[in-house]
Amino acid sequence: MNRRLPRRQRIRLIRTAQYGVLVLVVLVVAMAANWGEIQRAFFDVEVAKEQFPEIVTTALGNTIIYTVIGFAFGLTLGLILALMRLSQVPPYRWLAVAYIEFFRGVPALLVFIAFGYGVPLAFQVAINQYVTVMLALGLVGAAYMAETIRAGIQAVPKGQMEAARSLGMSQPRAMISIVIPQAFRIVLPPLTNELILLTKDSSLVYLLGLSLGQYELAKFGRDALNQHQSMTPILIAGLLYLVITLPLGHLVRRLEARTAKAR
Amino acid sequence: MAASIKKKDGGPGTPAESGEAIQIEGLHKSFGDLEVLKGIDLSVKRGEVVCVIGPSGSGKSTLLRCVNLLEEPTSGKVSVAGTEVTDPDVDIDRVRRGIGMVFQAFNLFPHLTVLENLGIAQRRVLGRDKELAERTARHNLERVGLTDKEDAYPAKLSGGQQQRVAIARALSMEPELMLFDEPTSALDPELVGDVLAVMRKLAKEGMTMLVVTHEMSFAREVADRVVFMDEGVIVEQGTPDRVVGDPQHPRTRSFLARVLDPAAAQLPE
Ligand SMILES: Nc1ncnc2c1ncn2[C@@H]1O[C@H](COP(=O)(O)OP(=O)(O)OP(=O)(O)O)[C@@H](O)[C@H]1O
Ligand SMILES: [Mg+2]
Repeated sequence: MNRRLPRRQRIRLIRTAQYGVLVLVVLVVAMAANWGEIQRAFFDVEVAKEQFPEIVTTALGNTIIYTVIGFAFGLTLGLILALMRLSQVPPYRWLAVAYIEFFRGVPALLVFIAFGYGVPLAFQVAINQYVTVMLALGLVGAAYMAETIRAGIQAVPKGQMEAARSLGMSQPRAMISIVIPQAFRIVLPPLTNELILLTKDSSLVYLLGLSLGQYELAKFGRDALNQHQSMTPILIAGLLYLVITLPLGHLVRRLEARTAKAR
Repeated sequence: MAASIKKKDGGPGTPAESGEAIQIEGLHKSFGDLEVLKGIDLSVKRGEVVCVIGPSGSGKSTLLRCVNLLEEPTSGKVSVAGTEVTDPDVDIDRVRRGIGMVFQAFNLFPHLTVLENLGIAQRRVLGRDKELAERTARHNLERVGLTDKEDAYPAKLSGGQQQRVAIARALSMEPELMLFDEPTSALDPELVGDVLAVMRKLAKEGMTMLVVTHEMSFAREVADRVVFMDEGVIVEQGTPDRVVGDPQHPRTRSFLARVLDPAAAQLPE
């Protein structure tokens, strides 16, 4: 056996060994695990039944609403920040950079806690919960989206702006009609990724203090967990997140393939 | 393709009233430490076709881009149709409407159809309504022989077709003069002819044209005047027969020898 195997056979051997190890690990875990307990904790049919329909109508619905309003606000603010970041006016640039660096550098968790405490202190009148959610989610998302959009704007060839200007368009007009529409095509895949991240970040909304009807998936799941001493609601919540994020992930891959083909 | 281009008389843009379409005096342009234009004086009359030739890096594009202020001159004066564009108070967007520019890389808007490419500045800049914009666009597509492509996106067109759309886009603004920066340099040889045919026709219709080109036969045939530039200065200028046919300056001669059919230079005397 000291003769060297041909390259192809060697690769096949290594691969077989890898599969063997994988199967072994799965078997050990499967035999060592306490399946009865796990089933009781995660797949309690009675508990599961009790979650419906509220976990869909209220919790999933709220997760989607929070994500959408946060994304819409974040996108708008992100676009403004991106334009400020590219501005000829230095103070605009500094402001945008400071904002982006701050909100990208600080955990979203802290921003939400600060919001949960700060907003009631700052404003004596009660502020609509949705507005607070929109602001908190959007302010964080905007920092990431600004950088994405800036990269997209810079990826549009310089000749586009020159052609637009030489037709007599003003700088803002050329930006709006020519550069930004092209930039958005370029950043559509990464922006969809931002939407996925934001969907998951919406689980931090509970830190703002919510009433029962305003629970989203994560908070709803944890509440039910405490109530039933069962992980089942958490499992369902997790699956419902996937119902949102998997199609979005698929969309990202399709958009990326389309952009790759257009080049 | 060239055959489908019909001769049209009249049309927008009135030929040859007297006066200077472009007047450039003492134009200097530097990029940092690099002085690219070292004092250019040049004027182009209404209805005149002027071709600019010269080696790569001599500042031809920069000169053209100073006319519509895509580049800010470092010093000197540039006037277009009597308006001094280097005056800081001038509304440059307004001046640019009257100056069509055609780029080497076409620079069509890829997210818009051909018709929208021709329409967008008419609507957003001139404030025309959709109907007038489309009518003007179709008229100009006909002038460049591309009536059947109005719904296509630029990516679906050949280079030659894209460049003709770019010319039609500039014409749709009804400019008083047109700047061309090596409009055929990015094209496959077999597509060059269609674009040159369109430009030849424009020249015949009396359009004022300032053309940077390496197409010597086009310059000889169409230009009223040929300007030879080297290292940021105008070395010599005159009728095509004089500058291309009988160059006086040694730099012009050596440039032309390189550009004109290289095989001819090797023939025995
Ligand atoms: N934006 C810029 N920044 C710095 N240098 C520049 C810029 N634009 C042009 N240049 C330089 O100026 C010089 C002249 O450039 P220009 O494009 O005007 O030459 P050209 O005669 O058009 O050449 P070509 O025939 O290759 O197009 C070149 O050395 C070029 O590198
Ligand atoms: Mg050039």
